[in-house]
Amino acid sequence: MTEWVLKAEGLSKGFTLHLQGGVCIPVLRDAGLVVKAGECVALSGPSGAGKSTLMRLLQGNYGADSGAILVRQADGGVADLATASPRAINALRRETIGHVSQFLRVIPRVPALEVVAAPLIARGMPREEALARAQALLRRLNLPDRLHGLPPATFSGGEQQRVNLARGFVADFPLMLLDEPTASLDAANREVVIALIAEAKARGAALVGIFHDLEVRERVADRVVEVAPLREAA
Amino acid sequence: MMPDDEPILSARGLSLSFGAVRALDEVSVDLWPGEVLAIVGESGSGKSTLLRALAGEMRPDAGRVAYRDASGQDLDVHSMGEPALRRLARTEWGFVRQDARDGLRMGVSAGGNVGERLMAVGARHYGDIRAEAARWLERVEINPDRIDDRPGQFSGGMRQRLQIARTLVTRPRLVFMDEPTGGLDVSVQARLLDLIRGLVSDLGIAVALVTHDIAAARLLAHRLVVMRHGRVVEEGLTDRVLDDPRHPYTQLLVSSVLAA
Ligand SMILES: Nc1ncnc2c1ncn2[C@@H]1O[C@H](COP(=O)(O)OP(=O)(O)OP(=O)(O)O)[C@@H](O)[C@H]1O
Ligand SMILES: Nc1ncnc2c1ncn2[C@@H]1O[C@H](COP(=O)(O)OP(=O)(O)OP(=O)(O)O)[C@@H](O)[C@H]1O
Ligand SMILES: [Mg+2]
Ligand SMILES: [Mg+2]
Repeated sequence: MTEWVLKAEGLSKGFTLHLQGGVCIPVLRDAGLVVKAGECVALSGPSGAGKSTLMRLLQGNYGADSGAILVRQADGGVADLATASPRAINALRRETIGHVSQFLRVIPRVPALEVVAAPLIARGMPREEALARAQALLRRLNLPDRLHGLPPATFSGGEQQRVNLARGFVADFPLMLLDEPTASLDAANREVVIALIAEAKARGAALVGIFHDLEVRERVADRVVEVAPLREAA
Repeated sequence: MMPDDEPILSARGLSLSFGAVRALDEVSVDLWPGEVLAIVGESGSGKSTLLRALAGEMRPDAGRVAYRDASGQDLDVHSMGEPALRRLARTEWGFVRQDARDGLRMGVSAGGNVGERLMAVGARHYGDIRAEAARWLERVEINPDRIDDRPGQFSGGMRQRLQIARTLVTRPRLVFMDEPTGGLDVSVQARLLDLIRGLVSDLGIAVALVTHDIAAARLLAHRLVVMRHGRVVEEGLTDRVLDDPRHPYTQLLVSSVLAA
């Protein structure tokens, strides 16, 4: 179980801002990252260095200018996210790449329980079973039962983030991407997240995270990878 | 090859001019089974024309549209002939119009509007048709007590929901939607979008959706096509096109929306 799950190499990414006269912002050049099964790698670096940009590339949300993002799927097949078609990326997100963003994107009128169960239902799990799993995880994250049936639009920041975390951890994704997963949590829930990360590692998931909370990083990360800012801006 | 690995609808090199206006300029798009494709772009960019060309309602000057039907046969939409096209529109396809009055029969009751589509695919038993119509009214959140009312007595949002029930009752494989939430209040739009989202994923239908609403595209679509001056200027995974837009026009489009 020491095979890599994620192998990113030679990644470059910049932004051309056509509305600002075509100015180019180079952010990553020749960046790489290898994460093995059961390992959690933390990205660090100063604000604006490109940590979130790298994370978004790994999720397929941004497109790489060059390089490869190889992801090993549960069936052993390897896909290159940097060149995959939109349909292939959607399939990877359904089966392989789990993601916890910094903030929940709320969908109008969809109750928290359904938001959390959706990744399981998308993978074909029977609805009742998916909802039961979602409920158990929301309870573990101390979200009161009376909120489970409500759409998260009116929830507090910490409540929304716990829904987001539950959605990310509800399915056994081989690769998990976590952008500031504990940012708006209290101490008790932070402990739950630390335990969830440990369990994901134990089942052989590869994790990449941005943790501004140094204590959390210390406790979950096996390695820290520095994302260095590019000096020469064009 | 698995059937789902091939597009259900595939257009190549569609061009169509109205006098000096090039409404479509070499447009190619694919749509896969169960996929929602959103078509966005400024007014007059050719979105509705594209949808009508895809649905066989408007013949392009050049190009081809292929549809793979339920039996797995590839059909050329613009050469299959009127009767075959009309049969498809009645059975395997649906079209949701921006103005519900164009998609409904205003002189017929709500139940009749839904039942009519069922009869067009062979339903004959009056009681069954009425019961199914009532179930669909409920599904689109219209009180089944209103089954005998005409659409003229409904609000704009209700009419649009009725049009959706009428379109989806026969479980089409492919649905074209042209601004289905246009002209409605924002709160009514949100409810309608949620309804469409749920039905489309439950029924697994392929949808080509024309919309001005970037947030709606993000909510509903797997893939996004951006049109300008009759051309596709950018296309791809919905969230990537919106969060990492490449083309100057897409950047302008995205920057003019608040936190979509
Ligand atoms: N979609 C985008 N369009 C244009 N520029 C972008 C985009 N996304 C990121 N950038 C730019 O890329 C650079 C790196 O940003 P990024 O968010 O990756 O930094 P970060 O390391 O995560 O910082 P922080 O610790 O503050 O979150 C910044 O200059 C940012 O403005
Ligand atoms: N039947 C027609 N006769 C003449 N010109 C037409 C016809 N249909 C469309 N056009 C022209 O073709 C161009 C594209 O029109 P289309 O209706 O496809 O735009 P659209 O992208 O749907 O715009 P909107 O967002 O305003 O609905 C426009 O310049 C329009 O005036
Ligand atoms: Mg960041
Ligand atoms: Mg139009």
